[in-house]
Amino acid sequence: MAKSNEIKHREPLFHVVKRDDMPQWQAWLIRCATILIGFLLVGILSMAITEESFGDTYQIIFSGVFGRLFEGRTTMLWKYLQEIAILLCLALALTPAFKMKFWNCGAEGQALMGGLASIFCMINFGEKLSYPALIITIIVTSIIAGAVWGVIPAVFKALFNTNETLFTLMMNYIATQIIAYYVYIEGGGSNVINPVAYGNFPAVGNNDYFVNIVTVAAITVFMYIYLKYSKQGYEISVVGESQNTARYVGINVKKVIIRTMLISGALCGVTGMLLVAGKDHSINTNLVGGQGFTAILMSWLGQFNPFIMVVMTAIVVFLRIGVAKVADTSHLNSSFSEIIVGIVILMLVGCEFFIHYSIKFRHSKKEVKA
Amino acid sequence: MIIQFICRAILLGVPLLYGSTGEIITEKSGHLNLGIPGIMYVGAISGVAGSFIYENACGNDLANMNPVLAVIIPFLCAIAGSVIMGLIYSFLTVSLHANQNVTGLAITTLGIGLGNFLGASLINITESELPSIALTKTSSFFSTQLPFADKLGWFGELFLSHDFLTYLAIVIAIIVSFVLKRTRVGLNLRSVGENPATADAAGINVIRYRYVATCVGSAIAGLGGLQYVMAYANGVWSNNAFGDRGWMAIALVIFALWNPSSAIIGSFLFGALCNANNYIQGLGTETQELFKMLPYVVTIVVLIITSMRKKREHQPPQSLGLPYFREER
Repeated sequence: MAKSNEIKHREPLFHVVKRDDMPQWQAWLIRCATILIGFLLVGILSMAITEESFGDTYQIIFSGVFGRLFEGRTTMLWKYLQEIAILLCLALALTPAFKMKFWNCGAEGQALMGGLASIFCMINFGEKLSYPALIITIIVTSIIAGAVWGVIPAVFKALFNTNETLFTLMMNYIATQIIAYYVYIEGGGSNVINPVAYGNFPAVGNNDYFVNIVTVAAITVFMYIYLKYSKQGYEISVVGESQNTARYVGINVKKVIIRTMLISGALCGVTGMLLVAGKDHSINTNLVGGQGFTAILMSWLGQFNPFIMVVMTAIVVFLRIGVAKVADTSHLNSSFSEIIVGIVILMLVGCEFFIHYSIKFRHSKKEVKA
Repeated sequence: MIIQFICRAILLGVPLLYGSTGEIITEKSGHLNLGIPGIMYVGAISGVAGSFIYENACGNDLANMNPVLAVIIPFLCAIAGSVIMGLIYSFLTVSLHANQNVTGLAITTLGIGLGNFLGASLINITESELPSIALTKTSSFFSTQLPFADKLGWFGELFLSHDFLTYLAIVIAIIVSFVLKRTRVGLNLRSVGENPATADAAGINVIRYRYVATCVGSAIAGLGGLQYVMAYANGVWSNNAFGDRGWMAIALVIFALWNPSSAIIGSFLFGALCNANNYIQGLGTETQELFKMLPYVVTIVVLIITSMRKKREHQPPQSLGLPYFREER
């Protein structure tokens, strides 16, 4: 007893212990609680800055996202779904690479190159090819463009173990400059390319974004099956867990790295194509608008599971559009929504701690008495 | 012409030097802080907010302003703002063992959002028609030259005509390399980055070293943002003007092979590359756009070369990017 008293003052107040696997439902309870706290915080912060009441703030957020849904007009809803689709598609594209522990920060550049390929085909082959042939050309070229942009860092990673985070980042800016060059040439010095009428994806039932949304839905299912049930998906997770294990069981690590980045880049290229051919019908350097980075966070928060990613992107895009509307109605800068999204994501990143670790407090005499 | 080009390159390079010196300190402790672009942004806007408040408190009159206070207030604000961001980052990554890349990117999103939001709010307050805030008075204090710089011809222009933040950047970089290489603190810091478990066993407080390294690194990086606004942009803040300098600062770390002294030369070289398109005769606007990719291409080439040579002293800290959990050794 005397001995324990002697060392007591050196014992810290609490210490952190790694948890054994927490049941899934408990983990999700923590995440949902974090999201709920996040939403409360969004309301409180908006209240403090805009001086609207809590209820009003949320009313504005909902009207910003869903618009006149209750009056029977669904234009805003489709726009919301379209925004989700683009962010989700980028996140899905990054997922196989991340699962392999390959930090592809170059989604933006790969999507820009895909978009460039699309607009190039639309402008140059628009009049010469029939519609189906043109669409096929657009699809094929943009996939190739994205894949090439993605595979360059992968080749160097496989051969020389070059740092891929910075390599892919730099490729973004090179792509941006190429787009700036192309826009200048094609726009005749005006830095604007007028919307091209050829090679646009068809509108289904008055809705321009239908093709985009269905495509991304299909990619979501494909990615789930690919990662979970295919042999290649299994190889990706083995390489991600331990390259030595992968080599030991006879997986060609270099081949897996290059193949996975081909897929990742190709899907980013598809995103660029969806943006150009399915939405803007034009291109500028801000086509992707920094969503490549948000997509990294989405992929991570989605635990590499495509269906969870759908939920996460839906929440983030909801906040992004809704809070931008709040900022707009109170004449604030729309960057307010970036701050909110940043805070909520940081909270979600932080809450993983409570899932993987638990805090054990010191059992001192005082506690016993109390 | 050549002198002017070099001076311009130095002016452009200094924010990168601050950013990469800060990032080197952080990386030496084993943390890859991708939040540097956001932290530099916050440093810049905090400095702007500080000097904005001070200028208004003096009634926007140059005569009322105390030169020392006009420099000190933005300086401390920039440091405070960036240290707060650094604390958020280190709390999440060191204490909560969160993934460093993800946290860093989220910090960047948050920082750029904060910068643009505060910037736009300040622009709103001034009710100016231009989308920018001009703090030319504060800037004039920041870019005061040495009194005898004009009299020494090209020598004076090349070495003595810069603002004091430029000299400070070089001094900080040299001090940091000295501390890292020659002192006990530096040795401890490097061992924390190479192998935290061993460092811990040797009695080094890993958590404290990582917190301090990240916060000091963030403070230095934040000064880069301040130098950009006050010296390069003559005190004019406009949203998104800072651009991708933060990412280039991170790239410069690899270019300099984790040595702040080499980062001095590297940052001036990057500055020159960023600026080359304005000084090469007979370039059309479209070719200029292509020339602007030069610094990125050079970074990639350096990345590839350093990874091919695989020299031991040129490698990143061994446990860079890995969280340290004592009970998991």
